[in-house]
Amino acid sequence: MAHPSSTTPTKIIPPLTDELDIVIPTIRNLDFLEQWRPFFEHYHLIIVQDGDPTKTIRVPDGFDYELYNRNDVNKILGPKASCISFKDSACRCFGFLVSKKKYIFTIDDDCFVAKDPTGKEINALAQHITNLLTPSTPNFFNTLYDPYRDGADFVRGYPFSLREGVPTAISHGLWLNIPDYDAPTQLVKPRERNTRYVDAVMTIPKRTLFPMCGMNLGFNRELIGPAMYFGLMGDGQPIGRYDDMWAGWCCKVICDHLGLGVKTGLPYLWHSKASNPFVNLKKEYKGIYWQEDIIPFFQAVVLPKECTTVQQCYIELSKQVKEKLGPLDNYFQTLADAMVTWIEAWDEINSQPKAVSQSTTPPKSVSQSTTPPKKEESSPKPK
Amino acid sequence: MSDTVIKDDEVDIVIAALRSDLTSFMEDWRIIFSRFHLIIVKDPDLSEDLKIPDGFNHDVYTKSDIDQCVGSASTSVLFSGYSCRYFGYLMSRKKYIVSIDDDCVPAKDNKGHLVDVVAQHIWNLRAPATPFFFNTLYDPYCAGADFVRGYPFSLRNGVTCALSCGLWLNLADLDAPTQALKPEMRNSRYVDAVLTVPARTMMPLSGINVAFEREVIGPALFPGLRLGGEGKLRWETIEDLFSGMCAKVVCDHLGLGVKSGLPYVWRKESGDAVESLKKEWEGVKLMEEVVPFFQTVRLLRSAVTAEDCVLEIAKMVKEQLGPSDRVFTRAADAMVEWIKLWKAVASASTSAA
Repeated sequence: MAHPSSTTPTKIIPPLTDELDIVIPTIRNLDFLEQWRPFFEHYHLIIVQDGDPTKTIRVPDGFDYELYNRNDVNKILGPKASCISFKDSACRCFGFLVSKKKYIFTIDDDCFVAKDPTGKEINALAQHITNLLTPSTPNFFNTLYDPYRDGADFVRGYPFSLREGVPTAISHGLWLNIPDYDAPTQLVKPRERNTRYVDAVMTIPKRTLFPMCGMNLGFNRELIGPAMYFGLMGDGQPIGRYDDMWAGWCCKVICDHLGLGVKTGLPYLWHSKASNPFVNLKKEYKGIYWQEDIIPFFQAVVLPKECTTVQQCYIELSKQVKEKLGPLDNYFQTLADAMVTWIEAWDEINSQPKAVSQSTTPPKSVSQSTTPPKKEESSPKPK
Repeated sequence: MSDTVIKDDEVDIVIAALRSDLTSFMEDWRIIFSRFHLIIVKDPDLSEDLKIPDGFNHDVYTKSDIDQCVGSASTSVLFSGYSCRYFGYLMSRKKYIVSIDDDCVPAKDNKGHLVDVVAQHIWNLRAPATPFFFNTLYDPYCAGADFVRGYPFSLRNGVTCALSCGLWLNLADLDAPTQALKPEMRNSRYVDAVLTVPARTMMPLSGINVAFEREVIGPALFPGLRLGGEGKLRWETIEDLFSGMCAKVVCDHLGLGVKSGLPYVWRKESGDAVESLKKEWEGVKLMEEVVPFFQTVRLLRSAVTAEDCVLEIAKMVKEQLGPSDRVFTRAADAMVEWIKLWKAVASASTSAA
């Protein structure tokens, strides 16, 4: 009888390789992927190329990916393409739309691998997966943070009936080095760097809003995908740098309504590039004023009991946006319409039976061998 | 935090002495406590005399002091065991109170430095709290941090922080069932953050390591819910959790903040979780009613002081929780009694000791 060699190391299979897509919006290049290779190489990437579609984005060899530029967005969505932003990283949500996977991890192309206080490189993707696969606890605050983490638990006084938690829909990671500040704060504190490693994951309590940053974000697409619309930003729009904020407020309200959880904290990544604060100020300017009305709006939103799916909640939300924020600026009327268009696009693209969508997966094969697969230059055929 | 200037006469350190020999406890804390005034309250059930080392500016209150102040019947109902510390709160005249259990010693932070629990608590209380919107970089007022993009500017002033809840390394404040199931588990994770517990979010407020602004929230930290089998280990009590939830409701209503996180203390081994489990089962059961109750409490607009709020909550406790268990009726009565005492004894103006 053959015995397995005791010297052969057990191969650790990265979790969820068939169930998770990594979505990356980019306008420049994807050199940053080199550093992430050990952590990303087993996963499928969806690259959303913003800006000039004639430009070729170089993807480092050995990654399995599909790439969409603006022409692809227009071809696939037709008139509904109007809901996808141009010249803003908000375009990333197109990647969420066309993904066929259960989970999404999205990351900015100026984010690199950080090190924890022991000097070990942080596998941000693995941490997001852990966050998403363990429950959240939005109904009662645990003072020792995530009770499902190794070495932690629920504290004295935490009701046992609440210890099962709820499914986690969103995992919001943080950033060392350049923190995610708005333009005014960047202008006042140009040299501030985030050097504090806070070793915690926690659930954001129910009915509490937060600013969701899209730089380092994981979510369960089946649970909350339709609400991950990043709004109308960038070219031709009066506002920018509020895309992820908008998605986060919508998602949180819907998660609260549907009994889903949102976590924040680990993992950290290293954010390397500080964008120009003067450019940012111009983009954010209206947002800074508008958010004074937007926040009370979201804090007061009540979704009817009849809304039991994310899509229903989102359509209802769009109606309330139109009604309550419309008077603030016409932009919100247009945004509310775009929210509806997005849901229509989502349902259209995602209602296809699985067999059809598999046959339209990109021609490039998933690499099982050591030979790197062919580069994918053009988009897959539209369905 | 390093530029926090604390005036010595602003702070009282209140210690409930559940064990008579405080020598090693006081020596361990000397470097941090010695500049402040200490109020040491001896558990009325403790018969031995207290042993306190020299070199501390302190006052000791014993059973006879408490009897004299509140009457001996009330003493045993209100101030026995861990609850004797509340008598210390009643006696204090300082702006801030810091209270630590007598089985805790100073902890070390991630860099190996001794944690100055008083300095951190006072920093927490002095810096505003931000209960209306969650800041993903935690405390925005500490050095090296700020509000993140998307945080409304109108909310960046924050509100007064009334209560600061610290944490514990080594023996965390777990309940008896959890500790009995995981007897080896010790908390070794130092989480370098303070955060505001959002408005309308309830939490279990552990009394092991707390600080608060006395005049603002003192009335809402009271000896209320005493378990039938309440004992001399934290596993055998829920009085702090009950009072803490009440205090959180009061803070939310009055627009005050509650923070959780740093500072850490090091909690020493004591007791047997399995033994305590037999007593604490009652507490675990009661929390199932207590939590939903506090989550739905809404106070009248006319309640504008902590005293008013507590009296209103006491009424609700009696009406809504009383029918299910007499322990709640007793708690409601204790709350009313406490407010009477507070008004009579404690609400003198803040003056230097």
